[in-house]
Amino acid sequence: MLNKYPLWKTLMVVFIVAIGALYALPNYYGEDPAVQISGTRGVQADLSTLDAVKDTLAQANITYQSVALTNGQVLVRFSDYKTQQTANESLSASLGDTYSVALNLTPATPEWLASLGGVPMKLGLDLSGGVHFLMEVDMKTAMGRAQENMIGDFRTSLRNEKIRYRSVKESGNGVEVIFRKLDDLENAEDVLKRTYGDYLFVDNEDKLSLKITMTDAKLKETREYALQQNITIIRNRVNELGVAEPLVQRQGAKHIVVELPGVQDTARAKEILGATATLQFHMVDQEHDLRDAVNGRVPPGSFLVNDQDGRPQLLKKRIMLRGEHIIGAAPSRDQQTSRPQVSIDLDSKGGSIFSNATKDNIGKPMATVFIESKATGEKNPDGSLKFTQVQEVISVATIQARLGSKFVITGQESPAESQNLALLLRAGALIAPIAIVEERTVGPSLGAENVELGMQAILWGFALVLLFMMVYYRKFGIVANLALAANLVLIIGIMSLIPGATLTLPGMAGIVLTVGMAVDANVLIFERIREELREGKTVQQSIHHGYDSAFSTIIDANITTLIAALILFAVGTGPIKGFAVTLSIGIITSMFTSIIGTRAVVNALWGGKKIDKLPI
Amino acid sequence: MQILKIKETLAFMSYRKLASIFSIILVVASLTSLATNKLNFGLDFTGGTLLEVGFEQPADLSKVRTVLEAGGFEDAVVQLFGSSNDVLIRLGQRDNVKAEMLGNQILGILEQGTGQNIEMRRIEFVGANVGDELTEQGGLAMLTALICILVYVAFRFEWRFALGSVTALAHDVILTLGLFSVLGLEFDLTVLAAILAVIGYSLNDTIVVSDRIRENFRKVRKGTPEEIINISLTQTLSRTMITSLTTFLVLLALFFKGGALIHGFATALLFGIVVGTYSSIYVASTVALALGISKEDLIPEVIEKEGADQDELRM
Repeated sequence: MLNKYPLWKTLMVVFIVAIGALYALPNYYGEDPAVQISGTRGVQADLSTLDAVKDTLAQANITYQSVALTNGQVLVRFSDYKTQQTANESLSASLGDTYSVALNLTPATPEWLASLGGVPMKLGLDLSGGVHFLMEVDMKTAMGRAQENMIGDFRTSLRNEKIRYRSVKESGNGVEVIFRKLDDLENAEDVLKRTYGDYLFVDNEDKLSLKITMTDAKLKETREYALQQNITIIRNRVNELGVAEPLVQRQGAKHIVVELPGVQDTARAKEILGATATLQFHMVDQEHDLRDAVNGRVPPGSFLVNDQDGRPQLLKKRIMLRGEHIIGAAPSRDQQTSRPQVSIDLDSKGGSIFSNATKDNIGKPMATVFIESKATGEKNPDGSLKFTQVQEVISVATIQARLGSKFVITGQESPAESQNLALLLRAGALIAPIAIVEERTVGPSLGAENVELGMQAILWGFALVLLFMMVYYRKFGIVANLALAANLVLIIGIMSLIPGATLTLPGMAGIVLTVGMAVDANVLIFERIREELREGKTVQQSIHHGYDSAFSTIIDANITTLIAALILFAVGTGPIKGFAVTLSIGIITSMFTSIIGTRAVVNALWGGKKIDKLPI
Repeated sequence: MQILKIKETLAFMSYRKLASIFSIILVVASLTSLATNKLNFGLDFTGGTLLEVGFEQPADLSKVRTVLEAGGFEDAVVQLFGSSNDVLIRLGQRDNVKAEMLGNQILGILEQGTGQNIEMRRIEFVGANVGDELTEQGGLAMLTALICILVYVAFRFEWRFALGSVTALAHDVILTLGLFSVLGLEFDLTVLAAILAVIGYSLNDTIVVSDRIRENFRKVRKGTPEEIINISLTQTLSRTMITSLTTFLVLLALFFKGGALIHGFATALLFGIVVGTYSSIYVASTVALALGISKEDLIPEVIEKEGADQDELRM
C-alpha cells in the first residue's frame, strides 16, 4: 500500500514534537524578578539570615511572592521590577557588610516541569542587559616572571651542588649561565639536565656559557598556567562583586570572557576586574642618602618609589616576599587606635620565607609596595598591549618582631580603602597583568526592548509565511504550516535543553530566517507533486514520487547550508555565534518537520485512499 | 493557486551572454567601490567606543556635540538612533587613555552638561587588537565556508557544478559587499553573519537547480546541454520564486519590526536573496555550461538510482 506510515512512525513524530513542546513550555512562564542574598568570604546564609531578610522586608513594607533558603543562599521573588529594586536597596543597606545582595531573574517554571529538567532559554546579554568583557592576559610579563623564577632556581641548584659560576642572567627568552672553568660548565650541565627535564640546554665551550631555554611543551604549560590562574582570580573577584549567575570563560590562548548579567555599575566592576595588584615587601635602604638618589645617583641594588603623598623612598631591590604567597587578606581595625588596617595571611612557604627574611631585620623599617598593572592603551611593536606598572609605597613600618604567616599592614586612610586593598589582595596576586580589551554593556530597558522587537519580527514573519502557504497550497499549505509551527516549538525546546545555548538578538534573526527558509523543503515537495499530477500520474503515485525525488535535493541543499552555519559557529564569536546556533538547530529541525512530519500528516489524511484530486 | 503557469520551456540560456556582461559589470563596479570607498567598518572591526544614551525629551544633537567638545571629545560622531530621544555617540581609538573607562566618563559629562537624567542604553568598547583579530577571523570564516562547500559539492555532483556554485557564491558576496560600500552602510559583525547566511541561502538555491539539471541530463534523451539546462530552470522556476518570496517576506518583517540594531543584517540579506536567486539561475549554470558540461560527465559509471545509497534515511 502506497503512502502509509506504520503506526510506530507516526507515533514517533508525535512523541518528538510533544517532547519539544514540553521543554519549550518553561519559556511561556518566563522569569520572576528576584533578589539573591549570599554570604561573602565563605560565610553561608542560614536560617538566621532568612529571618533577617524577612524582618527587613516587613519593616520596609515590601511585599514578596516567596522567600526560600537553598544551598546557603536566600532567594526572594517579587512580582515586578520596581519592588525588586526597592527590596534590593533596603536589603543591601541592612545586610551589606557580611552578605552580598544581587539582582537576579529566577525562572517561574512550575514545580512539575522543573523536576523534569525544564528550564527557560538562557538570554544573551543583549536581551537581558548586563556587561560583557573580553580580557587579555599580558603574556610578556608572565613569561618575564617565569624567567626570573628560572634564574633563582638555577642559582640555588648550582649553589647546592657547590658548582661555581660567574653569572646567571636573562638572555633572549631564556637564561644564560657563564662559568669560569670548563669542568664547572660540564658538571653544571649534567646536574641541571637531571633536575630540569623540560628545558633545552645549549653549551658553548669557547665562551664557557650554557644557554637554557624552555621546551615548547614547557612554554605552553607556563602560558596555560598564567591563563588558568587569571581565570581563577577573576572568578574570585566576580564572586566578591556578588553577581547572580556570572560567566567566566577562556577564549583562545590569552583571552578571558566575563559576562555579568544585570550589572549596571560598570565602573566599579571594571576597577575590580581590570586592575591587578600585588604587594612586595622591601627593606628601606638606610645606608645611602635619599637626596643623592633623588638627584640621580641611585645606588645599584636600590630603587626609588614614591609613597601615597608623593614623597620618594629609597628601597632595597631585593624582594623579601612576593604577593603570590598571600592566601588571605581582610580589612580590620587596630584594637587600640581603631585605625583601619589589612590583616594578611601567608601560605606556609611564604610564612617561612618571610620569617627568615625578617629575623635579621628586627628594628629596621620595612616598606610595603603596592604594585598595580594597568593597560596603557598603547601597543608593543608586535601588537600586544603595553602595561605600565604603578608602584607605590603604602606603608613603612618598623619590624617589631619576627613575622610569620599572619601579620597586619597599617597605613590606609579609610575603611573603604582597606576594604578595596583587601579585596584586590585576597584573590592572590595575579601572575600576569590583565586588561579589558572589549566591553559591551546593555542597559536593562534596551534588553527588554530587544526581546520585544525580536518577538515581533518572528511573529510577523511567521504570520506572513503561514498566510502565503495557506493561500498557495490550500490544505497542503496548512500541513506545511503545522510543520512550521512544530519547527518553531522544536527550536525553542532544543535551545532550552542545550546547556550553554543562549538566545541573542541575532539568534532571533536566525529564527526569522529559518521560518522563511524552512518552507523551502515543502515547496520543493509540493511542486514535485504538482508536476507528477500534471504528467498524469495517479494521486498516490504523485505523493510517493513527489516526496521521493525531492528528498535527495533537500538533503543536499540543507547539508551545504548546515556546513556554512557550523563554520560560523566554530569560528564566530558574539553575535555571529548566536546567529549560527539558531540557524544550525533550525536547519536540522526543519528537515525533520518538513520531510517526516508533513509526510506523516499527508499519509494519515490522503495516503492509501482512493481520491481523484488532491487539495494542493 | 499558481502564480506561474508555464506551458513551454523558457529560453534562459540564450540570454546568458547578456547576463554574464551584466554580472561582470556589477562585480567590477563592486570591486572598484570596495577598493576606492572601502567598507564602512563598524566598531567591531575598527575598535573604539560607542554609546547609546536615552534622553528624557527629544535630544538636541548640537548641544550634545558642544558638551562633548567642551569635555575634550572633539572627534565624537553624534547621531540619532531609532527614535528622537536616543542618541548614538561614536569615538575612535584613543591612545594613553583608559579606554574602558571612557563610556562612564562621557555619561557623566553629558549629565552635567545637559542637566538631564540620561539613561545608559548601551556602551560598547572594542580594543584595536580585538578588531584586527575579528577581521582576520571573519575573512577566515568566509574562506573556510567556501572551500568546504566546494569540496562537498564536488564530491556530491561534479567539479563543473562545484565551480559554478562557488562562482555564484563569490558573485553574491562581492555584490552584497559592493552594495554596502557604495551606500556607505555600516559593516559590523551582524552584517558579516548575514553575508554568511547569504552564502548558505544562495547555495541552497544553486544546489536545487543543479540537482534538477543533473537529473534531466540523465532522464532526457534528446537535447543539447543548453536545452536541458533551460528545461531544468523552467521546472524549478516556480519553486525558486516561492522560496525567495517567503524568505523575502520574513526579512521584510525583520527589517521593519526588528529594530535599528538588526537593520544592517536585514538589508544585507534582502539584497543577498535577490542576487542569490538571480545567480542560482544564471551564474552557476552559465559557468557549468562554459566549462563544457555534457551528458557523459553526469552519467554515473554504475547506474544507480540517485539517493539509493541513502535508503536507511528514507522515511
